[in-house]
Amino acid sequence: MTETTTGTAKVTLPADDQILITREFAAPRHLVYRAWTTPELVKRFWAGHRGTMRSVEIDLRVGGRWRYVLDANGGFEVAFHGEYREIVPNERIVSSEVYETPGASDDDAAITTTTFAGSGDRTSLSILMETGSREVRDAIIESGMEGGMQEQMDLLEELAASLA
Amino acid sequence: MARAATTTDVFNAVAEPRRREILDVLAGGEYPVNDLVRLLGMGQPQVSKHLRVLREVGAVDVRDEGRQRLYRLNGRALKPIHDWVRRFERSWEERFELLDSVLEELERTHDRSTGEESDHDRDDNGHGEGDAAGR
Repeated sequence: MTETTTGTAKVTLPADDQILITREFAAPRHLVYRAWTTPELVKRFWAGHRGTMRSVEIDLRVGGRWRYVLDANGGFEVAFHGEYREIVPNERIVSSEVYETPGASDDDAAITTTTFAGSGDRTSLSILMETGSREVRDAIIESGMEGGMQEQMDLLEELAASLA
Repeated sequence: MARAATTTDVFNAVAEPRRREILDVLAGGEYPVNDLVRLLGMGQPQVSKHLRVLREVGAVDVRDEGRQRLYRLNGRALKPIHDWVRRFERSWEERFELLDSVLEELERTHDRSTGEESDHDRDDNGHGEGDAAGR
């Protein structure tokens, strides 16, 4: 179990209203799936270096709701919610996703298909977001920049130093 | 000019799927219009119109060689788009790096905890035998 080589996140824009995120993990599928769907574990990675997770609610069944709330470093709150549409354990999750901004409604929901593929000790994760329009897609990409890049870089450096 | 809005910057220029197809082909080399028409199965007026838009934002360069005009990709003009997506990619990578460490920990506890349940290896594994309650 010393195989720790992982990939690097790759983001592509396959169509005007789509975002595709892919990443390889040095862990078996069922563990990636578990980390992805267990609130206490999601809390530990979802915020990245942008803040801390205030709450993670996951009702993992078709028609069940989810909601993630992040306290961002800048002192503001970022929240997302949605509903599960399809669940194939250890393989695929289809859900809707709304970025809670003033005026945002569930009609603006993106549909996200998260796929866990691979065998043995490796998993390729792919997240396809279908946003329905280019405007929503672009807004999602812009939202990834909140929190200040320099601040994030500093935190990453600190983390790297603490691991050395 | 009616088209002005689509040609203001490179983001708008590449928003049109057919223009992205042209860029994909040009990423593989330099081509005259006729080759693009053949490779993409579009009419020549359409291809020429898209090439004009792409040239206006600098995404495509052209040069004359003999009787042919050859088109090629200008990667520098696409850099703003590249940078825009890379920042989004980086924030996901930060998230995934933290997930890597969660997974390492799960693997360690998973390997060790065939008998006992550990703190991090919760219910989802531990209730295999006693599932009568769930029926």
